Amino acid sequence: MYRILLPRPDDVAAWRDAARQAALANIAASDLLWDVEGAGQDLFGASSSPLPPASPGAFAISRHFLRLVDDVVPHRDPERFSLLYRMLLRLLEQPGALADEADPLRRRLDLLAKEVRRDIHKMRAFVRFRELGERFVAWFEPDHHIVRVNAGFFVRRFSTMRWSILTPDLSIHWDGSSLAEGPGAIRADAPDGDPVEALWKGYYASIFNPARLKVGAMLKEMPRKYWANMPETALIPELIAGARARETRMVEQVTPRGNADVAWQALREEASHCTRCDLHRCATQTVFGEGPVDADIMVVGEQPGDQEDVAGRPFVGPAGQLFNRALDEAGIDRSRLYVTNAVKHFKFEPRGKRRIHARPNAGEIKACRWWLDQERAIVSPRRIILLGTTAIHAVTGKASSLASVRESPIELGGGVVALATIHPSYLLRLPDKAQAEQDYARFVDDLRSATSP
Amino acid sequence: MAQLDVRQKLEILADAAKYDASCASSGTSKRDSRGATKGIGSTEGMGICHAYAPDGRCISLLKILLTNSCIFDCHYCINRKSSNVRRARFTAREVVDLTLAFYRRNYIEGLFLSSGIIRSSDYTMEQLVEVARSLREDHHFRGYIHLKTIPDADPGLIEAAGRHADRISINVELPTAAGLERLAPEKSASRIQGAMAGMKTAIEDGKDASRRYPSAPKFAPAGQSTQMIVGADAANDRDIVHTASGLYDRFALRRVYYSAFSPIPDASAVLPLKRPPLLREHRLYQSDWLMRFYGYRPGEVAQATDEQGMLPLDIDPKLAWALKAREQFPVDVNRAPRELLLRVPGLGVKAVDAVIASRRWRKLSLADIGRLSRSITKLRPFIVTTDWRPTALIDRIDLRARVTEQLELFGA
Ligand code: SF4
Repeated sequence: MYRILLPRPDDVAAWRDAARQAALANIAASDLLWDVEGAGQDLFGASSSPLPPASPGAFAISRHFLRLVDDVVPHRDPERFSLLYRMLLRLLEQPGALADEADPLRRRLDLLAKEVRRDIHKMRAFVRFRELGERFVAWFEPDHHIVRVNAGFFVRRFSTMRWSILTPDLSIHWDGSSLAEGPGAIRADAPDGDPVEALWKGYYASIFNPARLKVGAMLKEMPRKYWANMPETALIPELIAGARARETRMVEQVTPRGNADVAWQALREEASHCTRCDLHRCATQTVFGEGPVDADIMVVGEQPGDQEDVAGRPFVGPAGQLFNRALDEAGIDRSRLYVTNAVKHFKFEPRGKRRIHARPNAGEIKACRWWLDQERAIVSPRRIILLGTTAIHAVTGKASSLASVRESPIELGGGVVALATIHPSYLLRLPDKAQAEQDYARFVDDLRSATSP
Repeated sequence: MAQLDVRQKLEILADAAKYDASCASSGTSKRDSRGATKGIGSTEGMGICHAYAPDGRCISLLKILLTNSCIFDCHYCINRKSSNVRRARFTAREVVDLTLAFYRRNYIEGLFLSSGIIRSSDYTMEQLVEVARSLREDHHFRGYIHLKTIPDADPGLIEAAGRHADRISINVELPTAAGLERLAPEKSASRIQGAMAGMKTAIEDGKDASRRYPSAPKFAPAGQSTQMIVGADAANDRDIVHTASGLYDRFALRRVYYSAFSPIPDASAVLPLKRPPLLREHRLYQSDWLMRFYGYRPGEVAQATDEQGMLPLDIDPKLAWALKAREQFPVDVNRAPRELLLRVPGLGVKAVDAVIASRRWRKLSLADIGRLSRSITKLRPFIVTTDWRPTALIDRIDLRARVTEQLELFGA
């Protein structure tokens, strides 16, 4: 058993020298014990001996492997030296072996390298300097032995500043022209109290959008172990706790402010180019809702029919006429209602010269719901009368039977109530006259009670 | 009105910038301040995220507005003229000082500055340029600067911005011209595109110049990007993907950012009440990746959408495409060319390169692929290895349910 004692845990050059010497002496990985000065545990101390004197000779090794060595050596895993040595011996036999990325040893080394690189990156990101007199001082606790390799980054970036980075194992100091090393430190050596921290916290709290809380994504990139050294993280619990309330306040403040008319015109114009579903292909035009944009009551039908499609206005065909008659009988002024359809394009099947109405499917209802929601937002009605199951589906988002919702008002939130009844076209299709009359009377009743104060 | 102090202004003007999606600080030329007697800063290609906010987004730059006052009235924007938010305005000097103070403490990689429009587009643009000029010339700042330009401003000013900034962005704002007309009636799609085209030419000229004279100043070395708001107009994902790919092609953009419209205080009545699901934004970014790094054509991404032109929210667009293009699968990982391997759900660019490197060495088994990818469950139905052939799986009608169900189990 041979023992190699490296002077420092991150000493790449010393590892390379020792590994070369051992490889030239044909020492097997299992006969080599790697240790770091001062690390203590010399379990095999008694039975081990130093390497035999260097035998002359050299061998070439790929640059790729040397990069891997650079990345892996700073890792804290005590096995790293010996894993690298095993890889080195393998490469001497099969110089291309490193190309096999699926190989378990290569994979293990890659993972170690990745952890080191991540630690280096996190140090660059999460070091926080505090101004102490002439000098900027930071406290940081790396996972691996990365402080020396990472020093260059801080030198290149903060070359005209004087700074120190203190860690438990080692501190580094830059005075504007040269870098010095010192022993490990404790947190109190980099005391709080930089007044700029308050500004930074103010920034951190304000740039966060409470409508997009994603705590998991934050934790993945900024695990809690780093929080202690970053001033802004002290705010996180309170920001998360307050997010719901802030978002609600943001949404509550969404109140139409006097530009409803302009908004509605613009919306109608935009809807005329809609291609959200395939219905726009065959229909003549988008049939948008109409009526006062400040109406108290909104009526939602199914979709335009043959005549509406041509006229470009809702409820002008036979069903629309029946609807007008029922409104008259119920004593309601149609010009006070905002009348629209769940789906804004005519869906039909051509039969000879005629275009036979076809029901919109769930996908079409969902696509068109975007417009209906916008209309609701602008008109902001107190009540919504739903004509038929398509309208119920579009407004509530659920396909329910009329019978199940006809009797009782549906609360839509925000004090808005929806009332469901039949679609007038249903009456036109009923073959039984007596039945039609009875249903018509009930329809008028429904309209009356839906509009009574 | 009492004078606001810097901290109050910072809070107002950062709050006003929080809806902006872009924050990256990568892809610029490499520089540092070694050996300098004055100045500070470095860029090493890869940007660094110095903190993460509870919304999961990275904080890499000091992202603020010079002012949130505006003479325009874009409906989706909290700073529009008719909104009654609290207003504040920084001087150029204050922004410079803040940037340097934060940079010295290693809080940030640099500055991302945009602004509401005050007085005129030119006046506003002059102020933005002045901040960048002062940082670069008076303070020899070598960190990252991203300027959001005002598309209406004089081309000379936009050019000056490019000389000082690493990146320039010109926002298209909305994916459709109809949406822009409705929500930002004072902005014009053609003027915005004109500014992008101008910037593209300037960037190309800049590259030419530095090829010929290495000492020529770098012009916007991190290129130009843009942002569009998703969910405030009726555009579906299919429309958005087409718009984005058109922008990439025509203006050589580095990035298109998507910002899910989020409810803003004091909003205009023209806006939707609800935000679109955040996942939608994520799916759009994934589709963007497919086009930029995986060789998908926009039409292929569109194949992954449903009848309403929307990408599914429950699975990623690559898997959605694969489930619709089953005739392409399974792919033999030991033979297939790179382009085809890139189409396998669950195999990223890195994994594909690893597969190609490894198979020169030997034939790969399912366990090998397992070591190279994150989730073998997702992959299995789509690949053939020396010891695995999923003949029955790929034709199963319930494949989607099986793959997604297993994914959920995996994530739990
Ligand atoms: S039916 Fe509605 S969603 Fe479909 S194209 Fe027409 S307006 Fe757009």
